[in-house]
Amino acid sequence: MEQDQKQPRQVQGLSCPLPHTHTETVVIGHGSGGSMTQDLIRSIFQSQIGNEILAEGNDAARLQLFSHGEQLAVSTDSHVVSPLFFPGGDIGRLAVSGTVNDVAMLGAHPAFLTAGFILEEGFPMADLNRIIKSIADTCREAGVQIIAGDTKVVEKGKADGIYINTAGLGLIPEGRKIGGQFAKPGDAVLISGTLGEHSIAVLEARGELGFESGIQSDVAPLNHMLEDLLAAVPDVHVLRDPTRGGLATSLNEIACQSQVSIHLTEGAIPVQPNVRIACEMLGFDPLYLANEGKVIIILPEEHVELALNIVRASPYGKYAARIGRISEENPGRVLLHTAFGTTRLLSMLAGEILPRIC
Amino acid sequence: MPVESGLPEFLSGYRDVERVKRVIDLIQQRTRQPWTLMEICGGQTHAIMQYGLDQLLPDEIELVHGPGCPVCVTSLALIDQGLWIAQQPDVIFTSFGDMLRVPGSNGDLFSVRAAGGQVRVVYSPMDAVKIAVANPDKRVVFFAIGFETTAPANAMAVIQAEKLGLKNFSILPANVLVPPAMHAILSSPGNRIQGFLAAGHVCAVMGYWEYPPIAERYQVPMAVTGFEPVDLLSGIYQTIDMLESGRVAVENAYPRAVTFEGNQAAQKLIFQVFEPVDRNWRGIGTIPNSGYGLRKAYQAFDAALHFDTGNIQTAESSICIAGQVLQGTKKPFECPAFGTLCTPQNPLGAPMVSSEGACAAYYLYKRGS
Repeated sequence: MEQDQKQPRQVQGLSCPLPHTHTETVVIGHGSGGSMTQDLIRSIFQSQIGNEILAEGNDAARLQLFSHGEQLAVSTDSHVVSPLFFPGGDIGRLAVSGTVNDVAMLGAHPAFLTAGFILEEGFPMADLNRIIKSIADTCREAGVQIIAGDTKVVEKGKADGIYINTAGLGLIPEGRKIGGQFAKPGDAVLISGTLGEHSIAVLEARGELGFESGIQSDVAPLNHMLEDLLAAVPDVHVLRDPTRGGLATSLNEIACQSQVSIHLTEGAIPVQPNVRIACEMLGFDPLYLANEGKVIIILPEEHVELALNIVRASPYGKYAARIGRISEENPGRVLLHTAFGTTRLLSMLAGEILPRIC
Repeated sequence: MPVESGLPEFLSGYRDVERVKRVIDLIQQRTRQPWTLMEICGGQTHAIMQYGLDQLLPDEIELVHGPGCPVCVTSLALIDQGLWIAQQPDVIFTSFGDMLRVPGSNGDLFSVRAAGGQVRVVYSPMDAVKIAVANPDKRVVFFAIGFETTAPANAMAVIQAEKLGLKNFSILPANVLVPPAMHAILSSPGNRIQGFLAAGHVCAVMGYWEYPPIAERYQVPMAVTGFEPVDLLSGIYQTIDMLESGRVAVENAYPRAVTFEGNQAAQKLIFQVFEPVDRNWRGIGTIPNSGYGLRKAYQAFDAALHFDTGNIQTAESSICIAGQVLQGTKKPFECPAFGTLCTPQNPLGAPMVSSEGACAAYYLYKRGS
């Protein structure tokens, strides 16, 4: 009982204090996907171009075009990965998967994408070909079509090879209500597989690991897996892909949106051994690393077993696991329960992930 | 793929729940009165918070967090000097990643980079040497921060640069040393520290031959302590055991990494390149012989001689109580700016920035508790 008293004291009614930043210029941390990004969105974007739809704060926007029936899901994402080719994928597969997944996170069936290319003068045509082939292959796999596009070329040195923006459209079947704001106390939290592979694969491709990990990026379109899930378990409350900022940041966003707390069991969170070892060496935490082929699923406890069985049947969900639960006290917080019986706060990523000194 | 057993035995064994419980039991049984211990190293502070080990200890034991966070104690003057150098157009400024977000008087290295300065994160000072070889038309400067732990690699970079005849490589010497800081803490009038967990990584390099005279002089027992849960608790147990039995000694609770003599080859490198100099610690003040400066023979690699940084005016935040936090006289929660004006993305003081800083550990793992 003594341990209980020593757990973080409960703070009722505390709602995600996000302090202001005073940076006068854009710094790299503003793109980390963590709280610096949120600050930027809040202070510069939402204050001037905000509206009710944007304020929902999900991976895609939900539009009610007709008085009833299906809704439209819309999302857009820009892809600036360096290097362009990495173990397990490339910028083309990423550009399709990222947007397909964002649309699918509202429970929509992604159908159409647009693609905008910013190319740097001197970019090898062979690389461009390879990237477009990868886009075509991934579109086929996801069952989506690119229905509009744009190409701009900038002078040498004004861009880093190629940037790709994609936008996605999909229809949300009538009655489906999935979003970060719908987590309910008593729900279970699932993750569709092991964490952190994308970040480590990209670091390795940049030559920043200093050793070979053999880790492949998990980049993949998850829409078919999610359609199978929702066909069998329509009562899913939240879907969210833990990309930049990782699981920790996505769960913090959900805890804020739904005004609930999220309790994670540290030992249940799946991480590949090689990713763990790379993290140990570099001083990273896998819970903050980016994933491009994983999804957080929050749903009523009674559906957990069925949901896990369906997700595990997909090649992208083999290591799916139940990792936590939703609770009503301490709204806005994510708490991690360790194997030692202790509890600590799991914060949102602040700025850029930095390797430690020693 | 064995997802559950994610770690090799050399790590998982020191995170084993049963072993942790056994050491906790030993500590519970041995503790009869209140004791205040300081863990020197910020890496230990973070590990304690990350695993919640402080929640498992008896109420009698208070852990006070020491100054062992190298970016936290790097003086504002040195940081401002680094920022100034990094802004020069022909410079590639290299640093360990942690340093980039540490606030100087005006901005940090990230903002220098955003303004067009060439600032690169390196994992090893040897990478900075490689950058100097690859960019002969640039002046490459490495910010040589760290405790004794990074000193051998910093020394090696200088030796390699000399061997390669590099004229475009220099370091900004900023290494700091643990034993003088222990003296400073133990001799300060408000000292409450009754036992030390000595920093395992520093001792892996330096051994612990420097510590018995300190333990003796101030009558404070110490245990050389590692960073995994079982290591940390073993260090705490050994220190408590000495305190409860009235023994004053320096014991080694991290024998798999540390010997009394330490790594002699590494120490030889350090003493070949560096010599002790007085150093200003951020928030604490100048501590005699508490840093490494370049010896005369290697002064050609001292960035301070390559760049006329002139008169930089430094300005410290007036609210931040980093100095008291680093000396263990105040906890981060006691700072009026904690978690409001001062956060990891907008730090007023370095302890809020670093993955080894005490304020960041409280912010990340204990905020609101």
